[in-house]
Amino acid sequence: MSLALIPVGLSTALYLIAGILFILSLGGLSAQSSARRGNTFGMAGMLIALVITAAASVDSYGVLIVALAIGGSIGTVLAKRVQMTAMPELVAMLHSFVGAAAVLVGIASYLGAKVFLSSAEATIHEIEIFLGVFIGAITFTGSIIAFGKLRGAIRSKPLLLPGRHWLNLAAIAGSLVLGFIFIGAEGHAGLWALLVMTFAACLLGVHLVMAIGGADMPVVVSMLNSYSGWAAAAAGFMLDNDLLIITGALVGSSGAILSYIMCRAMNRSFVSVILGGFGADEGAAPAKSASGEPQGEVTPITAADTATLLEEAKSVVIVPGYGMAVAQAQYALYEIAQHLKKRDTLVRFAIHPVAGRLPGHMNVLLAEAKVPYDIVLEMEEVNEDFPSTDVVLVIGANDIVNPGALDDPSSPIYGMPVLEVWKAEKTIVMKRSMASGYAGVENPLFFKENTRMLFGDAKKNVDAILTELRSNAAMAAA
Amino acid sequence: MGAEFLTVSIEEEGSGAGGYGKEMSAAFIEAEMALFAQQCREVDIVITTALIPGKVAPQLITEEMVKGMRPGSVIVDLAAEAGGNCAVTKPDAVVVHHGVTVIGFVDLPSRLAPTASQLYGTNLLHLLAEMGGGTAFRIDQENPIVRGAIVVHDGTVLWPPPRIIPPTKPAAAASKPVVAAPKAGGHGAPASSGGKTQAIAMTVAFLVLAVIGAVAPRELVSHLTVFVLACFVGWQVVWNVTPALHTPLMSVTNAISGIILVGGMLQISGPISSPVTILSAVAVLLATINIAGGFLVTQRMLRMFQK
Repeated sequence: MSLALIPVGLSTALYLIAGILFILSLGGLSAQSSARRGNTFGMAGMLIALVITAAASVDSYGVLIVALAIGGSIGTVLAKRVQMTAMPELVAMLHSFVGAAAVLVGIASYLGAKVFLSSAEATIHEIEIFLGVFIGAITFTGSIIAFGKLRGAIRSKPLLLPGRHWLNLAAIAGSLVLGFIFIGAEGHAGLWALLVMTFAACLLGVHLVMAIGGADMPVVVSMLNSYSGWAAAAAGFMLDNDLLIITGALVGSSGAILSYIMCRAMNRSFVSVILGGFGADEGAAPAKSASGEPQGEVTPITAADTATLLEEAKSVVIVPGYGMAVAQAQYALYEIAQHLKKRDTLVRFAIHPVAGRLPGHMNVLLAEAKVPYDIVLEMEEVNEDFPSTDVVLVIGANDIVNPGALDDPSSPIYGMPVLEVWKAEKTIVMKRSMASGYAGVENPLFFKENTRMLFGDAKKNVDAILTELRSNAAMAAA
Repeated sequence: MGAEFLTVSIEEEGSGAGGYGKEMSAAFIEAEMALFAQQCREVDIVITTALIPGKVAPQLITEEMVKGMRPGSVIVDLAAEAGGNCAVTKPDAVVVHHGVTVIGFVDLPSRLAPTASQLYGTNLLHLLAEMGGGTAFRIDQENPIVRGAIVVHDGTVLWPPPRIIPPTKPAAAASKPVVAAPKAGGHGAPASSGGKTQAIAMTVAFLVLAVIGAVAPRELVSHLTVFVLACFVGWQVVWNVTPALHTPLMSVTNAISGIILVGGMLQISGPISSPVTILSAVAVLLATINIAGGFLVTQRMLRMFQK
């Protein structure tokens, strides 16, 4: 089947090198200083894999080159054009491509099956195909739904069909039955079973993600990341290709770890996220009882007074949430930070693990606004500093600064680690209105004595503060 | 101290209206009596409270059973007013029978109040002692016992108290996530059982691997080896990724999972109109979008990160 330009041993060795380069590319991300080199390693690994496969196992290059050219240009355009706020959508879309490719590769592998030495081998090969297509199909449609939810094309509220767990179980059981039919079939007679299962798995993927609320999307995207890896690994098993297995396992465990980290940051168990339904009716009952308590007076503040407070402060922490990114306030916010820094104020940004809609999303959004990464701190690093902080600026964040998560057992987010901003001397919360956060939970922070509320559009308010700061500085200079 | 239910080894629906018992079948009673007899030999104190509305209390503890109890044991028969659950109970009296004290007071409810008061008083006394007593009285908010009891202090509502963080909680930043599997839920499993669960899980995993190794073809086993090792490598490597770079991590894994391209390439060489070629070509196309898009967007993001 190949040109046999290259001995099998050499291609195996080169695959191994590609695998090592992929590991190094993930390893590079352990620090900013080595991250770019890591990415280059990844590209080199991919290039080696592509060239060696093309040389060793491809006979006709026409179709391949066309497919590579089209795919490559689409990918390049996507990468250049995507807004950083839209990264979660891009990631979800790319997951769906891996899923779809796994399905196609699996079906093709069945149709073009070689002659096997033993029936045991044939059976194992068919199990591998079936499993690969199953995971691939779930990843494919699940990611499309996640994409739609992130984009807002599909409403983010969880869709809870009656007996949804039974529907899922039925889809899995049905797939198992089809699997037995598929493996028992002679020749290519099992194709129908494979295709019906693909359809059932597609429905399962849709249903699984439809049932999960918008607040849990970071977990879902990480989970689909993991699935896309397992799909690739399954393809590696069916095609006897160790490089696919290695890469799939790397991606699979990466996604699994990210899902775990996200769940921990939200104090949610993975199973309860997957089963869905958070942020909808189930959360409503406790939220209502909790909403009665923290009612009280909120103290509003003006942009001018905020500027004065910031000028007087010696140490400022800025807590951004996704609302900041939506308002595109990060650029002006960084200008404020720079202005204060010139006055010898210690300014830092504090990031909660689930700020933004993707693990690490907020870091990227701040980096885009040229905020140096050494003043961007993680929750664990900054929480102990709040008592010695003069002013905390909370912008577009809500649930991640909710004290109820620590001391109100009736709160739906009770137990979730949060940024303890209320321990600072003064906390200024910028907010559009008094509406509750993504998780639909009341926030007692707003009613605290040392909290000031700055209502209105985040971008406009940040601009107003910046203008005040500048005019004050100009006056002082004159 | 802890308490547990003893179950009679026979099944029967026993709840009558209003939560009171009704009379059970003969077989059940027989099994029940056997259980009681055995228990009487083992325990020091028996408290009985079986009442059936409008009837004489059932006799549960026979004279034989009392004889079987160790000397110095006590039976408190709360059903004394209705005849008693114990054969030797004398209503409104304390009798000693074969060295066993049988309390048959019929006014136990009214005797409860002084005891409860005494209990409550003792508790309060100790709380006040904890707060410094009469000489060094002080409201110490650092004391978790005191803090937990404060509702309002100096006009500020201090309820609910902060959660008490168990001292064994590992520092999140320093937690070296070795091989500990992600434990969902965390329903307060005792810490000691963690190691045990892990050991069991590992043993099971090893056994499963051994069984697969014994029955599966050699090729599958070697693939499985690669797979499991790669999972471990991935696990270790990814835990070291700094949280700030988790989004680039996702996009770069997007890119490298485009390696499924190889799967398409291996099957693309047939005639152009064959389904296998078409399916493979589409797979290659999709995978290439991933590769190009993933790597380039990662590069774009990483360039943004500046010191």
